[in-house]
Amino acid sequence: MAMVQPRNLQYRVWAARIIMILLLCLVMFPFLMIISVSFRTGNFATGSLIPDNPSLEHWAMVLGFEYTTADGTVIKPTFPVLTWLWNSLKVSFTTSALILMLSTTGAYAFARLRFRFKNHLLTSMMILQMFPAVLALVAFHAFFNKLGGVVPWLGLNTHSALVMSYLGGITMHIWLIKGYFESIDVALEESAYIDGATPWQAFRHILLPLSVPILAVVFVLSFIGVIGEYPIASVLLQGVDQLTLAVGMKQFLYAQNYLWGDFAAAAILTGMPITVVFLMAQRYLVNGLTAGGVKG
Amino acid sequence: MTIPANVRSLLSGNGPKWALVALIDLALLYVIALLYFQGEVLFPLTLLVLGSLGTWIFTNKRGYSYRYVYPCLLGIMMFIVFPLVYTFSISFTNYGSANILSLERVKEIHLNKQVKNGEHSYTLALFQQNDQFQLQLTDKNDKNSIYTSDAFVLNGDPVEVNARLGADAEGNKLSMREVVQQRSALGSVAVNLAGDTRLVMSSLREFSAMAPQYREEKNDNLVEINTGKVIRPDMTTGFYVTDSGERVAPGFSVYVGGENYERLINDKGIREPFFKIFVWTIVFSAGSVLFCLVIGLLLANLMQWEPLKERAIYRVLLILPYAVPAFISILIFKGLFNQNFGEINMILEGLFGISPEWMTDPTFARTMILIVNTWLGYPYMMIVCMGLLKAIPDDLYEASAIDGANPIHNLLYITLPNIAKPLAPILIASFAFNFNNFVLIDLLTAGGPMMAGTTTEAGFTDLLVNFTFRTAFVAGQDFGLASAIATMIFLIVGFISWVNLRATRSSQEY
Repeated sequence: MAMVQPRNLQYRVWAARIIMILLLCLVMFPFLMIISVSFRTGNFATGSLIPDNPSLEHWAMVLGFEYTTADGTVIKPTFPVLTWLWNSLKVSFTTSALILMLSTTGAYAFARLRFRFKNHLLTSMMILQMFPAVLALVAFHAFFNKLGGVVPWLGLNTHSALVMSYLGGITMHIWLIKGYFESIDVALEESAYIDGATPWQAFRHILLPLSVPILAVVFVLSFIGVIGEYPIASVLLQGVDQLTLAVGMKQFLYAQNYLWGDFAAAAILTGMPITVVFLMAQRYLVNGLTAGGVKG
Repeated sequence: MTIPANVRSLLSGNGPKWALVALIDLALLYVIALLYFQGEVLFPLTLLVLGSLGTWIFTNKRGYSYRYVYPCLLGIMMFIVFPLVYTFSISFTNYGSANILSLERVKEIHLNKQVKNGEHSYTLALFQQNDQFQLQLTDKNDKNSIYTSDAFVLNGDPVEVNARLGADAEGNKLSMREVVQQRSALGSVAVNLAGDTRLVMSSLREFSAMAPQYREEKNDNLVEINTGKVIRPDMTTGFYVTDSGERVAPGFSVYVGGENYERLINDKGIREPFFKIFVWTIVFSAGSVLFCLVIGLLLANLMQWEPLKERAIYRVLLILPYAVPAFISILIFKGLFNQNFGEINMILEGLFGISPEWMTDPTFARTMILIVNTWLGYPYMMIVCMGLLKAIPDDLYEASAIDGANPIHNLLYITLPNIAKPLAPILIASFAFNFNNFVLIDLLTAGGPMMAGTTTEAGFTDLLVNFTFRTAFVAGQDFGLASAIATMIFLIVGFISWVNLRATRSSQEY
């Protein structure tokens, strides 16, 4: 590129570099700190970034082992972090699978079929998406409280209630899949119709196999969204063994029971995989988030 | 997958489909009926409408296209639309911890209340032989009439035993302490005396004959059997009241009209915190958007700047705050900002000799929240801006460089005007998101420090959603008032969405 360059370019680059590095120090500070804290001895220890006498007690606690310190005292695990992780995975997996089923069929209809109110439905879905579930927490609580009186496995403090309550958040996914379907040539399905296929067969045997990439992306996106969801889970779940990670993690930092070191280890153990998955899916997530705003 | 021919012909026929639809409908009708008899209206009605709609769509040829849309619409109707409508309807009731049940359930509770019947009560003694127990009951008024029950097993299951006058009990007599340990199991034991008297445990030391306290009359009125006094359900306060106006707990939920909204306007202890919280919510949302945008836009510019060779590495590291799940990074900050053990105050103390009260001083708490939210939110703005910057043609900058413009001129006269329109809807959406940023506040400060002199609890850093949550689930469980506040937020969010829709339209015209 033949850009006209100012003469003092070198100084500017170095200035930018220094600013970037200072800024990155600020940005990375919490992460470096939490890694350091997770190896310190005890929950109130202070010290430098590299721990003076590193200890694995917090990591043992997170993995559910008892830990014997040098002077022989046994530290027992405080919270069932692995149970929470399992709960989170279970809920996120089920929800994402269901969301995938709901949004794929919906997107197919919106992309390919003709029916009345189609555009009205699309617009109203767009508007409704702007009312987050956190505004209706009272309704969710009352709703599952009452439903639980009739169908116990759908009451408060059950994972099935939590999964159900997440099934409303599918608008973004529908848009994403719809956009992908529209980019696939209709000719393939039309030739199937000529051979006598029903719309369901065209969808199931032609469109779906072609859309596996976007389905994977939607699955991952919804998985990340659900595993980090806090408001609804905090209202619906109560028992310690029922909690998901998002709700359980704050239990470490109550003023009367402050477990900073244990929290650090748990945060790294559970945060790492989610972060890695997120970084891999990040490109699509941003596309999806802006798709709604741009396509309107 | 291969399916045998005969099974396939069966599957392609309509038989299994009809059976499935009928089965689902039956289950649904059962749930609807049960909910209706619990005194619910809106909830079973919604289920009924959605259920019938589904049945029509899946059984009628003309509904074919809708079969694909129905499942996802069902999710949206049940878990977005219905909760909104339900919240709106709760805001006109007194639903809350004191009035949580329906009238039917409260009546049932009153009708199940038992009172001592008649003069006779009996002191109890418990005998144990192996796993068999026997009760010895002594009449309090006549020490000579001692009844002894047959042996029974005491394991908490309801038992009925007969007792006879003058029989001997076998085994060891248990001490008072041991009897107390068995009290809940003893509560499910009923003893039949000769002469049709049925005794149950009435206090720790006694068995007596019990009878219901109330019987039902017409109009849901209840009559106290012993005294003949009538208590009536008061449909304006949601309690059973005596003739003299005393309330008999528990209450039931009733429609109270606009009372919750009136409280929001007239009660100074609610109105003032509501207004303060509203202003803070706006300041917080606008501030967050502004800071994130400024930092995000500058970084996006740097990330596009060709002479900065190693910018790909910077980019991955800069995106990290966005990639780590919020519930973890917010809690990390909660620990780092801790006033006593937090690392941030330790560093500030060491460098400048100050240790701000992040958690107890309102201004510091709000500052902390803005710092944390900027840290959390700038990567998103950066990514969005990078996308928008790519769309600006390079020759514009080329031309300005020839004219000798500096980077500030470029930003003000080329970059900003070019990205303003497509950025507007994103900024508004980001404002709306922060307006309802429940998670940040709840995990970081839980709304604290608390305001003084308010009717319902309110915190200085509460956003409107957190105030709703606090009213509903933390302090007092006042679901009615919380729903009224939530309804106000609906209106605000609705307004923001409307503005957003218009901004989106105008950005498309551009």
